[in-house]
Amino acid sequence: MSLQMISVILGSLTIASGLMVVLSKHPIRSVIYLVITFFFISAMYILMNAQFLAIVNMIVYAGAIMVLFLFVLMLLNLNKEMEPETTRMSLFTAVIAGGTLFLVMITALRDTFQYGKGYVQVPVQDAGLVEQLGKLLFSKYLVPFEISSILFIAAMVGAVLLAKREKQIID
Amino acid sequence: MEQLNNIGASLDFYIFVSIALFSIGAIGVLTRKNMIVLLMCIELMLNAVNLLLVTFSTFFGNGEAQIFVFFIVVVAAAEATIGLSILIMAYRNSKSIDIEMFNKLNG
Repeated sequence: MSLQMISVILGSLTIASGLMVVLSKHPIRSVIYLVITFFFISAMYILMNAQFLAIVNMIVYAGAIMVLFLFVLMLLNLNKEMEPETTRMSLFTAVIAGGTLFLVMITALRDTFQYGKGYVQVPVQDAGLVEQLGKLLFSKYLVPFEISSILFIAAMVGAVLLAKREKQIID
Repeated sequence: MEQLNNIGASLDFYIFVSIALFSIGAIGVLTRKNMIVLLMCIELMLNAVNLLLVTFSTFFGNGEAQIFVFFIVVVAAAEATIGLSILIMAYRNSKSIDIEMFNKLNG
C-alpha cells in the first residue's frame, strides 16, 4: 500500500465523517463523528510531518473540547422531541450556498494547483518538530503567546460568570 | 543534492480536502437549528483552515504557519467554552436549544 493510497483514503474518510457530523440527527452521534474527523486530520498532520500539531490536535480538540461538548450534551438531557426541525427550504438554500462557496474557493485557488502536479516530494525539513516550533514560539511570537494566556483567563472567568445560576431576587 | 520527503499526496489534494471540509461546515451552520451542532460545525470550519495552513507550511518549508495553527487552537478552545456557557444559560431560561430562540431578543 503506497503513501499516495493512504492519503487518498484518509482524505475521503475525513470528508465522509465531516459530512456525517452535519447529516446525523442525534447530537451525540455528531460529536462522535467530529472526534473521528479530528483523528483523521491528525493523521494527515503526521503524514505532513507536523508531529507537534498532530499531538496538540488530538489532546486539545479530541480530548478537551469534545469532552466539553459531550458533558454539556449529557447535562442538558435532551430527548428526541426537543430536536429542532430543519425546513426543506433552508436545507435547499444552504446546500446551494455551500456548493457555491466550494466552487468559488476551488476556482480561486486553481492557480496553486500547478505546483502540485501528481505525486509530491517536498524537501526534508523539520519545521513541524517541537524544537523548531518552540524556538519560534518563545522568540518571535512570545508576546502573542503571553496574551493568549490572558485570553484563557478571560474565557474562564466569563464561562463561570455566564453559567452560574442566578439567585432569584426579582419578585 | 537535496533530500526529498514523500508525503503521499499533492498540494491540490490537500487544498481540495480542506475546502470540502470548510464548505461542509458552512452548510452545517446554515442548516442545523440545534445550537450544539452549530458550534461543532464552527469547529469543523476552524479545523479545515488549520489543515490548509499546515499544508502550505509543509509545502513551503516554513514553520510560522504552524504557530498560527497553535493560536487558532487556543482561540477555538476559548470560543467553545464561552459558546457552551451561553448555550447553558439560554437553555436554562427557555428550555430549548433551538437557535431560533434568539429571535426573541429583538431589542
